[in-house]
Amino acid sequence: MTETYGTDFLVRWLTAAAEAVDREADRLTELDSAIGDADHGANLKRGFAAVSETLAKEPPTTPGAVLTTAGRQLISTVGGASGPLYGTLLRRTGKALGDDERVTRAQLADALASGVAAVSQLGGAQAGDKTMLDALGPAVEGLRESFAAGRAAAEEGALATVPLRARKGRASYLGERSVGHQDPGATSSALLFAALDETAGAESPEVPA
Amino acid sequence: MRMLINVPETVVADALRGMAAAHPELTVDVERRVVVRRDAPVAGKVALVSGGGSGHEPLHGGFVGPGMLAAACPGEVFTSPVPDQMVRAAAAVDSGAGVLFVVKNYTGDVLNFDMAAELAEDEGIQVAKVLVDDDVAVTDSLYTAGRRGTGATLFVEKIAGAAAEEGAPLERVEAIARRVNARSRSFGVALSACTTPAKGSPTFDLPEGELELGVGIHGEPGRERRPMMTSREIADFAVHAVVEDLAPAGPVIALVNGMGATPLLELYGFNAEVQRVLGERRVAVARTLVGNYVTSLDMAGCSVTLCEVDEELLRLWDAPVQTPALRWGR
Repeated sequence: MTETYGTDFLVRWLTAAAEAVDREADRLTELDSAIGDADHGANLKRGFAAVSETLAKEPPTTPGAVLTTAGRQLISTVGGASGPLYGTLLRRTGKALGDDERVTRAQLADALASGVAAVSQLGGAQAGDKTMLDALGPAVEGLRESFAAGRAAAEEGALATVPLRARKGRASYLGERSVGHQDPGATSSALLFAALDETAGAESPEVPA
Repeated sequence: MRMLINVPETVVADALRGMAAAHPELTVDVERRVVVRRDAPVAGKVALVSGGGSGHEPLHGGFVGPGMLAAACPGEVFTSPVPDQMVRAAAAVDSGAGVLFVVKNYTGDVLNFDMAAELAEDEGIQVAKVLVDDDVAVTDSLYTAGRRGTGATLFVEKIAGAAAEEGAPLERVEAIARRVNARSRSFGVALSACTTPAKGSPTFDLPEGELELGVGIHGEPGRERRPMMTSREIADFAVHAVVEDLAPAGPVIALVNGMGATPLLELYGFNAEVQRVLGERRVAVARTLVGNYVTSLDMAGCSVTLCEVDEELLRLWDAPVQTPALRWGR
């Protein structure tokens, strides 16, 4: 029988994501200072802290509502590019989940795929542009296989941004000089999928840090 | 780290409290991060609303007042404001004549202002947008997020603000703002990186004796690093870059802008070189503004912005303005 996941699972996921972002904020900011403007960690930390606070205070009643609420919260608190982009990712994923009280991993992957498509449309970026999409795209495909595969694909995707030349976002202004640095947005996206895997309690494969 | 702050988390709110105390002619909502001219909404007039990351002061809060912005929304340091701030600002200043959002071309600013425009229109506010993208250092725009918005922001806000103050309707204010942007170009140079409060150390490493050419205003490195140049050489480089791209046929307004940590002594000296190059290139200078207007925290360096003007744009530039950072004519 296929395992299903309820509202509490989604809340635990986003809470774990908030903890991961909080823990890794300095690293994200450090990555951002190399090719961006050194605020990615601080901004996401502020946004995800607001998300876990909101979810604790007014617990939504469906998995979809957890994600739409979280997305709205990110748009209202983060600013920059990552606020609308992550906000849209979660909102669209939540909307795609609909009103179901329990969802399967496959449903979550499908919903995330539409969230990722919305991010791509909003930011006008494609795979290979050295953005969060380089982690999100592979992560969703991996998730169809398992939570651990989603996590591994996200982390590989983030690492794979190192040799790329940025074509979107503030790093794009550096041209060739953006090569050789890991994209902070892809890195934070990998944190989300690591938190998802941890929440699912799956064994995670060894991946290069 | 030597910064005159309490903790990084409160720098923007602290600055807004101080701004409110210094400028009773503004209404400063510290909690919601909106700076509004005291007499807004002004009946029958289009309202200009701008905003962007903090750290570029006096942009944008310093440009709020009669003849320029009706409201500004400051984001976190180098981070665009969120749509909620922009919608509040628009609602606070709209007299029914509509609101023009002045947006600098950065992914975050564009996305948040787009969302805000939709939300404001849902509330019955007529919104138009102008995107400022004047930075010639970004060359291959097809493969980047497009040219950055930098010094021309001041020109757009001043000149379109004057048109709004005269009572021009929204489409006309928008058209003028677009014309100013289309006729403006900038180039920036950094002599040092800046330090964001959140990071506490310079955003990039610039060794003694080197400079970055083609920088933006967010502490991001530029396009190219070279051994330190003289003021004369920098002016030659920057002005050539701007003039080649703009190809002005008529007179220009020149902005010699400091990035935050370069003294006026140096900026005026640099302006002398800028005027020399413009003279050599037979570009007539109608007006010149020298000072720290579009800054990047404590970055040392400067930028040059030229705006080619016609009679109307020059008249609107000369029109009275009364803001914390720019005031003349009344």
